[in-house]
Amino acid sequence: MGISKIWVFGEATEAGATASTLEMLTRARDLADTVEVVMSGDAASVAGPLGAHGATTVHTIGDIEGALAGPRVASAIAGAVEAGSGPDVLLCATSYDGRDVAGRLSARIDRPVITNVVDLAVDGDRLLGIEPVFGGTTDVTTGFNDDGLAIFLVRPKSFAAEESDGGLADVAELAVGDLGNTGAATVRERFVEESSGPKLDEAAVVVSGGRGLGDPEKYEMIESLAKLVKGAPGASRAVVDAGWVPYSYQVGQTGKVVKPTVYLACGISGATQHLVGMKGSANIIAINKDEEAPIFGVADLGIVGDVHKVLPKLIESLQARG
Amino acid sequence: MVRLSSTSGTLCGMNVVVCVKQIPDPADPGALDPETRTLKRDVKLILDESDSYGVEMGLQLVDAAGEGEVTLVSMAPNNEVGGLRTALAMGAAGAVLVSDGALAGSDALSTAKVLAAAIRRCEPDLVLTATESSDGYTGTVPVQVAELLGLPSVTFGKEIEVSGGAATVRRQTEAGYDEVECPLPAVVSVTAGVVEPRYPSFKGIMAAKNKPVEELDLAGLGIDPATVGWAGARQEITEIAEAPAREAGEIIHDEGDAHERILAFLDDLKVL
Ligand SMILES: Cc1cc2nc3c(=O)[nH]c(=O)nc-3n(C[C@H](O)[C@H](O)[C@H](O)COP(=O)(O)OP(=O)(O)OC[C@H]3O[C@@H](n4cnc5c(N)ncnc54)[C@H](O)[C@@H]3O)c2cc1C
Ligand SMILES: Cc1cc2nc3c(=O)[nH]c(=O)nc-3n(C[C@H](O)[C@H](O)[C@H](O)COP(=O)(O)OP(=O)(O)OC[C@H]3O[C@@H](n4cnc5c(N)ncnc54)[C@H](O)[C@@H]3O)c2cc1C
Repeated sequence: MGISKIWVFGEATEAGATASTLEMLTRARDLADTVEVVMSGDAASVAGPLGAHGATTVHTIGDIEGALAGPRVASAIAGAVEAGSGPDVLLCATSYDGRDVAGRLSARIDRPVITNVVDLAVDGDRLLGIEPVFGGTTDVTTGFNDDGLAIFLVRPKSFAAEESDGGLADVAELAVGDLGNTGAATVRERFVEESSGPKLDEAAVVVSGGRGLGDPEKYEMIESLAKLVKGAPGASRAVVDAGWVPYSYQVGQTGKVVKPTVYLACGISGATQHLVGMKGSANIIAINKDEEAPIFGVADLGIVGDVHKVLPKLIESLQARG
Repeated sequence: MVRLSSTSGTLCGMNVVVCVKQIPDPADPGALDPETRTLKRDVKLILDESDSYGVEMGLQLVDAAGEGEVTLVSMAPNNEVGGLRTALAMGAAGAVLVSDGALAGSDALSTAKVLAAAIRRCEPDLVLTATESSDGYTGTVPVQVAELLGLPSVTFGKEIEVSGGAATVRRQTEAGYDEVECPLPAVVSVTAGVVEPRYPSFKGIMAAKNKPVEELDLAGLGIDPATVGWAGARQEITEIAEAPAREAGEIIHDEGDAHERILAFLDDLKVL
């Protein structure tokens, strides 16, 4: 009984292993006897933190230079599965590359994927995924009913990352199989859209603006307020689609999941797709002129009022405090 | 946004397949059928708004190439064409629609098997999809289709430029975007809001009524019904429960001093 081996698809940036990688490892180590990471790139540089979060081995396919991770990592995992050295469960984050890996592998080895998972539970010798549907009003628990590899796509911020007493993880090489044409896409150049201040998904305070701000210039208020409270500015999809701010600002189902100490929603109605991205926040403040707005259903402090009146005064008082 | 440079090597234009999902109107809240534990499907289906961006991008690419056409591919129950007609009215030339009773209960991989088989018949230069559908939003179908077709893929595309048999795609990233080059044919998934989908004109709506919709079932595609739908599902729902609701807090009406309440709230939490 129990689950013997879980692999986590590991992602890293220049700043190290991503938060969602460490979150999944933290959860996985309570669920299985062995937890390992599979990734591309320099495994040695992240073997410390990955080990500390529960991985005993990091399997890497090596440097992929400009290539996309999806087909390569999927092919390497498929190879391990075929050779009998693969895991019972694969966890990938619902990230750009995580979805590519899960989708590619799924089709390659003919296994479905359980997606949008926010929690995991052990049921005998299988793992179950819990997926919120209908904007988070209903939780659906799903599991595989056969023995093959169980692939899960896990939403970021589903678990809190915590170190254990694990030491440096071993590094092992994993071979990529024949890719045919599937691996032919290559990155020619990377563009970084600079933003100052804390990152949206790491900030202790998030100040988000929606269509209720009226016009793009008014988003300025969100930026100033975020700066004053040393937080990060965020947005609803309505204003991202309207081109007021880049996609990287979007909070919600298709954007970022945030769980700050305080989330301040300004002129945001609280559509279910927005709520799933922020309702895990410790405290929620909402300003909306419509008393009936669904955002008030999740707010700890709800202000029925006009953002154009409340925000300038709030900004002024904070500036006065210096 | 779409750009096609004049050095384009595709002599016979661009043939683009756009996958479009037809879904129940998201404005009508969905419900799970307590018997089958899948979404109830007894309502009229419409074009998933997320796919309108792919349709628009496909039309722009074909326009820029000067020749070629957009073919829609959809899998839907009961030969539903409501959503296809909208996309045909926007300007797509025709559609392939797969319906089969045995597809009920299909997961994303089953869906991808069906779409891949239908797409293969069209021999397109480019396959466009949305990054995720509005109702199921697994976001896995585009790459599953690519893998089944043996094609490269670029997901989260914001902008596509076609030139000399390759696509250059701006791919959304955590930090900004990557410029990715990909030989054609390929699958590209398109993020919402990147182009302005055109409204079907009256002429377009009238013309759509006479555009060809090829209807296929599993036999027509050569797919074994045992590998898809309920028969091919290897996952089962073990529980459906109401999620714990977040309790609403205090609601106040602004009398000109709401900012002070917010400040006090923040002070209490010591976040300032
Ligand atoms: C597949 C799919 C995925 C989606 N993903 C996301 C996602 O990731 N994130 C997301 O946010 N949305 C997402 N959406 C869109 C979502 O359904 C809503 O359309 C969107 O969140 C609405 O944004 P909004 O609240 O800014 O605008 P609206 O819904 O238009 O709300 C504006 C609010 O401002 C209030 N208001 C107006 N004027 C004032 C004023 N002067 N002062 C105070 N309040 C005022 C109004 O009362 C209203 O409540 C998704 C939708 C789909 C179909
Ligand atoms: C609440 C809910 C949860 C679900 N969870 C899972 C799960 O965990 N795992 C799983 O395998 N299935 C799941 N399903 C089933 C899955 O949504 C369906 O199988 C669906 O047919 C395909 O997946 P998708 O809509 O999620 O595709 P996505 O991958 O989100 O779709 C991306 C794009 O692919 C194209 N596309 C997708 N389906 C079609 C189609 N029928 N016709 C034409 N183009 C299409 C569209 O361009 C679409 O925007 C779930 C369904 C629901 C309603």
